[in-house]
Amino acid sequence: MNTIVQVDGLRKTYGNTVAVDEISFNVQEGEIFGMVGPNGAGKTTTIECLEGLRKPSGGTLRVLGVDPVQESHVIRERVGMQLQQSNLPDRMKVWEALDLYASFYPKPVDWKKLLTQLGLEEKRNTSFAKLSGGQKQRLFIALALLPDPQLIFLDELTTGLDPQARHAIWDLVRDVRERGTTVYLTTHFMEEAEHLCDRVAVLDHGRIVALDTPANLIRNLEAEERVVFSVDSPLPVGFEKAISGVVRLEVQKERVIVHGKNHRQIPLVSEVVSLLSSQGVTFRDLRTEQPNLEDVFLSLTGHEMRE
Amino acid sequence: MKSLLKMTWVEAKLFLREPASAFFTLIFPLLMLFIFGSIYGNTPPPGSSNSQGAIGSLIPAFSAMVIGMVGLMPITITLATYRENGILRRLGTTPVSPLVIMSAQVIVVFIMTVLGVILLVLAGVLVYHVQFEGNVFSILAGFVLGSLSFFGIGFILASTMPTARTAQIVAMVLLYPMLILSGAGWPRELMPGTVQKLSSFLPLTYVVNLLRGLWIGESWGQHTADIFILVVMLIVGVFVSVKLFRWE
Repeated sequence: MNTIVQVDGLRKTYGNTVAVDEISFNVQEGEIFGMVGPNGAGKTTTIECLEGLRKPSGGTLRVLGVDPVQESHVIRERVGMQLQQSNLPDRMKVWEALDLYASFYPKPVDWKKLLTQLGLEEKRNTSFAKLSGGQKQRLFIALALLPDPQLIFLDELTTGLDPQARHAIWDLVRDVRERGTTVYLTTHFMEEAEHLCDRVAVLDHGRIVALDTPANLIRNLEAEERVVFSVDSPLPVGFEKAISGVVRLEVQKERVIVHGKNHRQIPLVSEVVSLLSSQGVTFRDLRTEQPNLEDVFLSLTGHEMRE
Repeated sequence: MKSLLKMTWVEAKLFLREPASAFFTLIFPLLMLFIFGSIYGNTPPPGSSNSQGAIGSLIPAFSAMVIGMVGLMPITITLATYRENGILRRLGTTPVSPLVIMSAQVIVVFIMTVLGVILLVLAGVLVYHVQFEGNVFSILAGFVLGSLSFFGIGFILASTMPTARTAQIVAMVLLYPMLILSGAGWPRELMPGTVQKLSSFLPLTYVVNLLRGLWIGESWGQHTADIFILVVMLIVGVFVSVKLFRWE
């Protein structure tokens, strides 16, 4: 796999404030790479340095093999960008925006196809101001895809969208990757990073505190997982002793919560279920509660995502 | 080139979709003409040395008014809004050149100014049988010079004002005294001497002087001062607006 973005010791300061503090990472071709962290962690500064919109204070950057500031024309022609704060004129229609932006690129893709692919066909003649938040973001994705890019940057793509629109956008981002485009995104929704990204860099106060696949990040956390179920008859005495790695058993009337270590060979849930059936206990409403990236962030930084 | 054409076309449509700018450029000057026409008619005042009636001398003055309004309002508001709302920021992430963006603006507002003036002249000729005594080419050249040098003011305001709202207010503060005092609204000769002196500080005065002179057949040679000032404005306008251009 080729490295498509290479960051080595990136540093960005504004006066005495250090926004990004010597971070290094690579993005491989074809992956969905996410940078997560709370607002003000330095995600947007980093992405804007990669887009060539800001000049780094230190470090080396290579995007598609070139320095994004020195050779910004290469980046502008071959990389798709969706910015956190950008707009189109209120009265510009959807098709006009696509038609106009397509004229900026040497070999644009057919914008009429993008219109259909992104589900904007019906909104073709709608003014930008009259689009919903989700539709605006879909239009911005379409604009970012016009140059037929190898790489697209998506900055806080789903901020301000309702959950339904957010899920629709996630599907679109996966489609984009299926076309062979590498995706670099930033988000402050841990859930988004967990569902969407192949690899996640967790950023806090301008530093990368972890970088791995979401599954590995969670596994390495050694956090508790929980198996929750309801029983009609009381559990046999010493039930939990038979399960390895059980930390604690909580019984609230008919509700039972088994707390166990997450970092194990056999999943906790399968042990619990097989024990229950071997002892002939009938149970219902069983579910497991896994630790998520939110917990990863908390354990890595010692503070919650939302300050 | 293709992007310039597309951008000009889209910007022209956007201009016409904005009711205020379309009204003030195309309709308002006509309304003024009809109001003044209904008051004065177009018979030359008795004892007047030239054959121009009241409306005849109003056409070039109102043309200057169109130039002043277009140069200060739509350009300033459009560009300042584009910058404030991140519209320029988005454009800046594409290969499009700032020169294309600015040229498209200039072309669109120039075409709108031309349309506004054509409507005025047509109304003057058809309704009030206004006589034109100048040289067509020299008045066209004067019109182009006046327009372009005025558009520069709009560009400078758009790039120096912190917000679109401030840009709009400053543009209005500059525009109103000019409309009243420069001779674009009514003749400077009717104003007291001190006001006339004051009006010589207003750029629009020079557009009015030049166009009124050329309209009644005076030559460019008789207006070197007006032309000099407008050319300086044009050069400063182009230089400063290219220099000050920023995406955000």
